[in-house]
Amino acid sequence: MLEIGTAFSAAFGLIIGLDADLIEIIALSLQVTLTAVLVACLIGFPLGALLAVGRFPMRNALVVLVNALMGLPPVVVGLGVYLMLSRAGPLGVLNLLYTPTAMVIAQTILVTPIIAALTRQVIEDMNIEYDELLRSMGTGRLSQMQTLLWDARYALVTAALAGLGRALAEVGAVMIVGGNINHVTRVMTTAIALETSKGELALALGLGIILMTLSIVLNATLMGFRRTAERMAYA
Amino acid sequence: MLELVKAARPETDPLLTLDHVTLIRGGAAVLDALSLDITAGVITAIMGANGAGKSLAMRVMAGLIAPEAGQVRYAPDMRAPRDVSIVFQRPVLLRRSVRGNLRHALKVYGVPRNQRTRRLAELLELGRLGLIADTPARALSGGEQQRVAMVRALAAKPKLLLLDEPTASLDPQATQAIEQLMRKAADDGATVVIVTHDRGQAKRLAQDIRFMHRGKLVEKAPAKRFFDHPTSAAASAYLSGELFL
Repeated sequence: MLEIGTAFSAAFGLIIGLDADLIEIIALSLQVTLTAVLVACLIGFPLGALLAVGRFPMRNALVVLVNALMGLPPVVVGLGVYLMLSRAGPLGVLNLLYTPTAMVIAQTILVTPIIAALTRQVIEDMNIEYDELLRSMGTGRLSQMQTLLWDARYALVTAALAGLGRALAEVGAVMIVGGNINHVTRVMTTAIALETSKGELALALGLGIILMTLSIVLNATLMGFRRTAERMAYA
Repeated sequence: MLELVKAARPETDPLLTLDHVTLIRGGAAVLDALSLDITAGVITAIMGANGAGKSLAMRVMAGLIAPEAGQVRYAPDMRAPRDVSIVFQRPVLLRRSVRGNLRHALKVYGVPRNQRTRRLAELLELGRLGLIADTPARALSGGEQQRVAMVRALAAKPKLLLLDEPTASLDPQATQAIEQLMRKAADDGATVVIVTHDRGQAKRLAQDIRFMHRGKLVEKAPAKRFFDHPTSAAASAYLSGELFL
């Protein structure tokens, strides 16, 4: 009990003292996670809208696949990306293994199905209301998707948040493709795992507290933005 | 003010013809070999009891539903859906301001970017929407929302304007505003078709009546003759307020 109390005290010391290692790890975590979520949104939003509005062969099978991929095991994604980026792999020539870029790729693969599946649901629900109107106006499928995505933009914040939560908490994939190299690919989750295994509970706890706080602040900010913007836009 | 496309044909030519159109829903024919034509340049009211198939017929006319059998024929110079606009009973407005809804319509209808601001101002004036132009459209009253939907439909400069009970849940003041927009559209050359249960409204607006019963057209007549001397049993019962099952 005393040890945990000491660890907490040391953790707050690191946070308040703006420990350089801590700041570096946090900055890299945010950089990797936010980049991955941004890329996943750029892929997932149109993909979800296409699945919601499009009428093409194998559409239902694709919907099932995307839904199933929401539960992708991170270590499997990590292994897949590792095999692609390793020297013997098809993309080995790019020398991306054990770099933040590799971690972004792995997280993007993990997060994209979540964002695409949630987007499909949101757009499909909205399209029930919009479909006749947009067709009567002679709107093509692409234009219909654009209209729906724009009008669902505040609801899609929730999809992005779900992706953000997954990416922030993810450890298995980034550990495999990033390697948890100090000052290069060490992020909050991998650092927590490492420091805990070493018995360095203070840094692990400090990172854990910051990770939780970041997650809450990002969620609260985006939800606040969504509610305010939604009220202003369409009451 | 907004100018609508003038109808360039004799008024007796049909602008639109439904020829033996059949629509099956749940194993039953909700439109049963329906044959119906719409005369160009007049206001036509489609009347009938609930379940007669009026709204479905209107959706077939708009090209929103493909019938299982039969044909939908437009006049040779009509380009559907480009020349057809429809307004629904419950207005579907985008999650944008009034201005945003109209701007979207102008863009979809292919109005060149450099003309959109002028056209937008015309449409706002037409619907007397200037004071609420920047209000979220879905926060407006039912009457205001329907006015936005009407004006948006007119943004297409339609040759055929289809109105599916557009004033069904509106108060008299809001109804009057919608009816003024209908008359304006008709005066500017659009052919207007309105589905309505409101006999007063049909008398006020329509020159032609099409009366439907159980998915079929049972009576077609000029409005005055229809209201004075209905020839079908279903229409007679409907007009006298009897239950005709």
